[in-house]
Amino acid sequence: MCTVCGCSDGGAKIEPGPAHTHQNDHGHGHAHDHHHHSEDGALNFGAGPAGVHVAGHSQARLIEIEQNILSKNDVIAAQNRARLEAQGIIAINLMSSPGSGKTTLLVETIKRLKDKWPIAVIEGDQQTSNDAARIRETGVASVQVNTGKGCHLDAEMVAQALDHLEPPLGGILFIENVGNLVCPAGFDLGEARRVVLASVTEGEDKPLKYPDMFASSDAMIVSKADLLPHLDFDVAALISNARKIRPRLDVLTTSATGAPGLDVWLAWLQGLHGQFRVAAE
Amino acid sequence: MHELDLARSVVDAIQAEAVKQSFRKVDLIVLEIGALSCVDPHALEFGMDAATRGTCAEGAKLEIQSPPGEAQCFGCGETVALARKGDPCPNCGSFQLVVSGGEELKIKSLEVH
Repeated sequence: MCTVCGCSDGGAKIEPGPAHTHQNDHGHGHAHDHHHHSEDGALNFGAGPAGVHVAGHSQARLIEIEQNILSKNDVIAAQNRARLEAQGIIAINLMSSPGSGKTTLLVETIKRLKDKWPIAVIEGDQQTSNDAARIRETGVASVQVNTGKGCHLDAEMVAQALDHLEPPLGGILFIENVGNLVCPAGFDLGEARRVVLASVTEGEDKPLKYPDMFASSDAMIVSKADLLPHLDFDVAALISNARKIRPRLDVLTTSATGAPGLDVWLAWLQGLHGQFRVAAE
Repeated sequence: MHELDLARSVVDAIQAEAVKQSFRKVDLIVLEIGALSCVDPHALEFGMDAATRGTCAEGAKLEIQSPPGEAQCFGCGETVALARKGDPCPNCGSFQLVVSGGEELKIKSLEVH
């Protein structure tokens, strides 16, 4: 286990079907280069290479590298993006702290949109296939990515998930990231838009406390707004804080049940769909 | 805590470089981690210690350069220093800022033998 945060040898895995259990011990290595199929067909992101020893000897010298640390992730993200665009699929990376209502929002969104557009979902969690199962109950295809001890999805996990899911052409792919308001911010998955949820049961200063997440998002969904009459929550302050971080952030105030409902979010998706259709023609 | 993943990416890149440029041991790793990047340098240092174990970079000294935050202000049109995301423009108080520097996440150079 890693000394920083524990996110090391858990080994991310993708579960294509309904609930499997896996017991795999992985070494402390580079998780995203390789995967292997275990007996039940699940994809496990396992341990990577150990040391590299190069034959021959050389003198001490300085090497200029000037390479982005995330370049490997970014290359795979660009491949994901190209692949999705070529298939006319709009991918939305949904991020928030745990419990902001991402899965409930998705379930209700799918109910309203599934007869209109093809929809598929990639679910990211450290453990369990509970969320993918909830999505499948709506009749939509979903693949669960378990990140093990990992705290965020990365582009390689999404690439593998796409191979399994094969989302339908011309549809919407929702990627529900691991519930975490910090780590997913730094990782491009190849999505078309990044959307962060902030529920009204959280603090108005969430954007100031976790600026990277809001700075990297295209839109903020203010969720659970039906609870506002029962809370002392200042929506305007939340929006103002978020726009201090990201001046051009779209803001969508929603509730999965009751009023105001999901209309502004559905309209936002409709608008996005329109933009991508125009761009494709 | 994504710093360990980033540390692994650094080690991956170094190992690829070791094959390309034929070196056996890394003495110094110079990274550029912008002040406004999503990375905590201390956590990264910790992660590097773990991620380099058993590799050609084990025991290498780590130098982290931290370019300061900088933003374009649409309020006053100036390029200004920005200590933290969410701070107002130090010049005019506007929040209409677009970060233009300090988000670097880069491997700058290596000293190897």
